[in-house]
Amino acid sequence: MSEEKKPGWKELPEGDVLEAGTAAKFNVAGWRSEKPVWSKDNCIQCMICWIVCPDSSVKVVDGKMTGFDYDHCKGCGICSHECPTKADKRAIVMEQEKK
Amino acid sequence: MANLKELSVRQDPLTGGHRACAGCGFPQIVRMVLLSSKDPVVVISATGCLEVTTTIFPFSAWNVPFLHNAFENSAATASGVEAAYNAFVRKNKIKGKINFVAFGGDGGTYDIGFQSLSGAMERGHDLLYVCYNNEAYMNTGVQRSGATPRGASTTTEPAGKVSSGKTRPRKDLTKIMAAHNLPYVAQAAGGYYMDLIKKAEKAFATPGPKFINVLQPCRLGWGYKPELTMEISRLAVQTCVWPLYEVENGIWKVTMNVREKKPIAEFLKLQDRFRHLFKPGNEQLLADLQKEVDKNWEELLKKGAP
Amino acid sequence: MPAAAKTGNEAMAEAMRQINPDVVAAYPITPATEIVMIFAQFAADGLVGTEYIPVESEHSAMSACVGAAAAGARVMTGTSSQGLALMYEILPIATALRLPIIMCEVNRALSGPINIHCDHSDTMAARDFGWIQIFSENAQEAYDNTLQAVRISEHSKVKLPSMVTTDGFIISHCMERVEMLGDKEVQDFIGEKKAEVSLLDVTKPVTIGALDLQDYYFEHRRQMAEAMKNVAPVILEVAEEYSKLTGRKYDLIEEYKLADAEIAIVALGSTCGTAKVVIDELREKGIKAGMLKIRVFRPFPAERIAAVLNKIPAIAVMDRSDSLNTQGGPVYTETCAALYNHPKRPKMINYIYGLGGRDVTLDDLRSVFSDLQSIDKKPLFNYLGVRD
Ligand SMILES: Cc1ncc(C[n+]2csc(CCOP(=O)(O)OP(=O)(O)O)c2C)c(N)n1
Ligand code: SF4
Ligand code: SF4
Ligand code: SF4
Ligand SMILES: [Mg+2]
Repeated sequence: MSEEKKPGWKELPEGDVLEAGTAAKFNVAGWRSEKPVWSKDNCIQCMICWIVCPDSSVKVVDGKMTGFDYDHCKGCGICSHECPTKADKRAIVMEQEKK
Repeated sequence: MANLKELSVRQDPLTGGHRACAGCGFPQIVRMVLLSSKDPVVVISATGCLEVTTTIFPFSAWNVPFLHNAFENSAATASGVEAAYNAFVRKNKIKGKINFVAFGGDGGTYDIGFQSLSGAMERGHDLLYVCYNNEAYMNTGVQRSGATPRGASTTTEPAGKVSSGKTRPRKDLTKIMAAHNLPYVAQAAGGYYMDLIKKAEKAFATPGPKFINVLQPCRLGWGYKPELTMEISRLAVQTCVWPLYEVENGIWKVTMNVREKKPIAEFLKLQDRFRHLFKPGNEQLLADLQKEVDKNWEELLKKGAP
Repeated sequence: MPAAAKTGNEAMAEAMRQINPDVVAAYPITPATEIVMIFAQFAADGLVGTEYIPVESEHSAMSACVGAAAAGARVMTGTSSQGLALMYEILPIATALRLPIIMCEVNRALSGPINIHCDHSDTMAARDFGWIQIFSENAQEAYDNTLQAVRISEHSKVKLPSMVTTDGFIISHCMERVEMLGDKEVQDFIGEKKAEVSLLDVTKPVTIGALDLQDYYFEHRRQMAEAMKNVAPVILEVAEEYSKLTGRKYDLIEEYKLADAEIAIVALGSTCGTAKVVIDELREKGIKAGMLKIRVFRPFPAERIAAVLNKIPAIAVMDRSDSLNTQGGPVYTETCAALYNHPKRPKMINYIYGLGGRDVTLDDLRSVFSDLQSIDKKPLFNYLGVRD
């Protein structure tokens, strides 16, 4: 996160109110020690990874899995664990993050 | 019922960038429930992990209208929101259906918020209350709650040299809510997402007060590897520790039949909170826990065979 | 202007009917119960368009009020004592979310011991939650204050909740002549509620009540302090407009024969009525007695108080609640603080009186004025009307 100057009380909107969805600007990539890597060829487009991801980090366009949002994926591995593809044709594998 | 593909084109109610632990079990539950609504939703949440991790100012993970008031009052707060909506509809100041959803953790639901929930449901407000039940006060560091199962170790009822964790079984809140004679009450688990989605859809299609109790594995408080969240959730169902059922206008029905019940040890042994149960000396307790689960399952089958 | 005999509770319930709030959530408690019951009947008879929520506790009453107000509704409730105490947790949340909820509060002693009669301990314990607090001397004021509170709280520079108080039984249950405005006049006076943000606006979703950490909490609290600073001029503005409608004038404080007073008391609520009788009597005897009535306790009108009290040599501050802090009641400590930085500081002593509905007789107040005539002989902290 870049250190932005935080607003003073006069600039801040009154009443502890926020616009929707501002957490999308918060990057949690640093939480990850592993990352999921998708193989399009092995994917059967079942959408399971999308529904089980706790961090809304499976990118879906027009009802199709298209990859991961690495700004928000925390590398929990649920998607890979739940992906129904066979051991020799995994659509998601977890890889060590380079430190 | 909408399938996953159809749901995936709806707007995700939650963004990423929230601060729940990697592998947490509640964001999916929230997404599954809210995506099931065809109409706009307004969310009210109790204090707890869900609210804390999703609304750290100035970052809100909510794409839908969201209100947090306090810990024990999400149902009462939601009843006020719903009343305001009704007043505006009557005065022609608002058009279009809105589904109101209150979330509370097990602490905010079974314990401190129990009265508020019971009151709001009894009054008949048109809202869905969802307990995301991780069976302890996780936000404040894994303290026991009325939902903590017997034998689990928590920081306020820990296993120790002379203790095997929680001594009493959890209260059966789903049954208690059924005793409120609500039009729709259900028990669900995130691991069986189609079952949960179907229940949420049913709830949204039913006017009046609805309650769904959703088991939520917590990798931190339960102590397991983060990728196992969904699997542990399913094991709770397959061992009949957490049966899936619904009570629709007084008719009970098991929604997930378990023909070959797995021994509860398969569920327990994956979790640190139960580790002490597998040490010598706790054989009887384990056997008792199994008996308790068997008995509850048999009773449930009598009420509403699948 | 129609006038009728009404109790304080009836006057407040009538004001609520005329305000016709979108949502009322309330729970019964003596001596505020009638407000809730009368209003419930109004709702049952279709005399109001209000969604009335018969909650299962005051905690839920205030919680539902917060929910409804966050949804943009005009919201009211009524309570007293233990009921108010059960709301305490949620009161500062209403403030922080900047929700202009209006509460009719009937002052009653806090348990324990349990007691259903008047003192100010319930309201005073809620004095630092960021609610505007307006005290009423009689049923007429209770009615007038309730109507004005809507305008004050909803003012765009304020957006803070208000509690309008009466004294339990003394005002709440006593019949008095109350002049009321017409229903339409009330509606024209209060206008439509304009909410800048609403939870129900699904096209523009907002998050209300987010978690502030060390980096934002202070700024939000600072905003609330500023809003409270804006209240006094708004009260005066609203009072001015109200007086044009009714001929009844209101201010933050009320001076009673203070201009040339040599001895004076400071009081709130129904005691002021009793004190006026004693002051008139003393004046006839040539004793220059007077009174400062504090109508608005929050925000505390310190400058105004200092400006009128500094000229008076001997003052007794009357507290109908005890802070049990060995430093006097809340009205006393705040009045002292108001004068501390003034070049002329009068001699001020404190009386804790009337706890748990103990009668405040004319003789009691006569004795206070008599004490003031030789104030140097009196201790700072005194209890009035308690058996030794
Ligand atoms: C009145 C009150 N008491 C205690 C707390 C402290 N507190 C905040 S969250 C929490 C536990 C929440 O547990 P639960 O409802 O199960 O939600 P979880 O954090 O497990 O998701 C506690 C004890 C509080 N905020 N308010
Ligand atoms: S690793 Fe976890 S956070 Fe990342 S995409 Fe998979 S499920 Fe989502
Ligand atoms: S779970 Fe696996 S197969 Fe299914 S959509 Fe995701 S990547 Fe493709
Ligand atoms: S402590 Fe448990 S419930 Fe809370 S965010 Fe972490 S995993 Fe989720
Ligand atoms: Mg919990």
